[in-house]
Amino acid sequence: MLESTFDTGAHPTTAQLAGAASTAPGDGPSPGRPATGFARMIRRPRFWLPAGVIALLVMISLFPGPFASLFGNGDPRACDLANSGGEPSVGHPFGFDVQGCDLYANVIYGATPSITIGIVVTVSAMLLAIILGLLSGYYGGWFDTILGRITDVFYGFPFMVAAIVILTAIGVRNIATVCITLAVFSWPTMTRIMRSSVMSAKNMEYVRAAKALGASDWRILVIHILPNAIAPLVVLSSLSIGGIIAGEAGLTYLGVGLQPPSISWGLQLNTAQSYFNSNPHLLLYPSLFLSVTVLAFVLLGDAVRDALDPKLRK
Amino acid sequence: MIGYTVRRLLQVIPVFLGTTFLIFTVVFALPGDPIDAMGGGRQHVSESVKNELRQRYNLEDPIVVQYGKYMVNLAQGDLGQDFQGREVSSIIAKNWPTSIALGLTAWVIQILIGIPLGIWAALRRGRLPDKFVAVLTTLAFAVPVFVVGYVAQILLGVEWGWFPVAGVKAGWPTAFILPASVLAIMGLAATARLTRTSLIENLNTDYVRTATAKGISRSRVVMNHALRNSLIPVVTFLGIEFGALMGGAIIIEGIFNLPGLGNEIFKAIGAQNGPTVVGISTLLVIVFLLVNLIVDLLYAYLDPRIRHA
Repeated sequence: MLESTFDTGAHPTTAQLAGAASTAPGDGPSPGRPATGFARMIRRPRFWLPAGVIALLVMISLFPGPFASLFGNGDPRACDLANSGGEPSVGHPFGFDVQGCDLYANVIYGATPSITIGIVVTVSAMLLAIILGLLSGYYGGWFDTILGRITDVFYGFPFMVAAIVILTAIGVRNIATVCITLAVFSWPTMTRIMRSSVMSAKNMEYVRAAKALGASDWRILVIHILPNAIAPLVVLSSLSIGGIIAGEAGLTYLGVGLQPPSISWGLQLNTAQSYFNSNPHLLLYPSLFLSVTVLAFVLLGDAVRDALDPKLRK
Repeated sequence: MIGYTVRRLLQVIPVFLGTTFLIFTVVFALPGDPIDAMGGGRQHVSESVKNELRQRYNLEDPIVVQYGKYMVNLAQGDLGQDFQGREVSSIIAKNWPTSIALGLTAWVIQILIGIPLGIWAALRRGRLPDKFVAVLTTLAFAVPVFVVGYVAQILLGVEWGWFPVAGVKAGWPTAFILPASVLAIMGLAATARLTRTSLIENLNTDYVRTATAKGISRSRVVMNHALRNSLIPVVTFLGIEFGALMGGAIIIEGIFNLPGLGNEIFKAIGAQNGPTVVGISTLLVIVFLLVNLIVDLLYAYLDPRIRHA
């Protein structure tokens, strides 16, 4: 597959990155300023602005109740059909949806599935990618060959079609099944990135030195290679959270993701499209929250990438 | 180059078999009995007719045998019939042109807008145009495609009447410009970013410095020296994008009601019409693998380091 053309040393290890970062002209450590990418990254508004938005969103998704009742009407299921499609009013800043439920409370509660799915899918795919990438990159051999062909098969799948077929076949549509479906298509890319950076790290001198000193494979993998090979995976993962959240919303919008009575932005958008002309606010607020969430994760991913990859920062 | 081509061709075969078998298995696992569904869910169809139908669609065989029979037919160019007795190949023949027209239009938009945007940003690095392109491409990644599609349809189609709201009655290009533009947004942003990064990398190389030192004009240095090399990864990306766009777009075709492959396969999945789903998916896999193969060979041709690695 195509990735084979990129495998050869395309992804610098952290050791190389750190070295390059401190020697880059005009980019060196100034007195009192740490040279590591992370410390510098955290100080920049490009990092803490999206990170702050994400922290807020995570709080909202963990404790939607207090946030939803900010305006006094925090129950998303307290609906009165008399208010159907109603305009914003005191205590109901976003107005009402078609069922006459408070739209603000619904949008707040809609954060939980999106954030949960984005983080659970990314973390589980990342863990799988770390294990498989370490094993196949370090040992090579038949395991590497078989794994390579399996990831090829997943690349060959048309994602949307496959996800829709899988969700239809499972029949149960809840957060767990949507997570599994999205994770199935997330691990192959991550595994390949991890594998290629493990491959370039395992030939470094410090790894050979550790081997010469008699370190066990386990020790070499976990203590020496893992910390030095994980940077590209971290970058890719932080960039992909936004894509996964958008993917969930897309599947739900098509009617194969989450189902009512779940509360989610995808479901709200699905309903909103039939009422756009009469009630445009139904489309506006969920898509605004969804876009800001995806945007925050994309920006955070950009900031992380810039911090870890000086080649792009120049 | 010949050795590389043969190696690469041999790699495609197991991937093709693996992918199609997986699709086959998953579609096979779709809930419900398709034969019962054919009779409208009531018991009007006699057991003997049902058995006859099950025989015709090989539903009694174990899945591996079914898959084997399907592959043998496929090798002869026969994609079989769907559960309504229509030839799957004629369904594809009917719907694919719409998807191709949509995909090609989107692809051309990506090239015509994405590459110049990327060059502009790279040449004005750190200044206003660069920041403008950065904001634009980030927004393109962040706003979900169905939101953009729906808002564009309502505003440009319904409210202002600049474009047809839905369907293909107006023909190409009128009916395709709006959906293709929406479809192109993500790839366009990726093309622009990739062009920018790659060009900036190449502008910092020794051969560009040499060319500048020789007194060659700035525009010639950029166009003839730096840009040529920086387009290699862009060509690769655009090649893969081409393959992906050829297969139809479920969400966009749904929003704009275009009778393409995406629309057809989405309906078929909902109706549990297995043969159509498998047939179209198989076609998508073939297109994807073929395009990837061509892109890889092209890449090896453009960059000798690959084929000798």
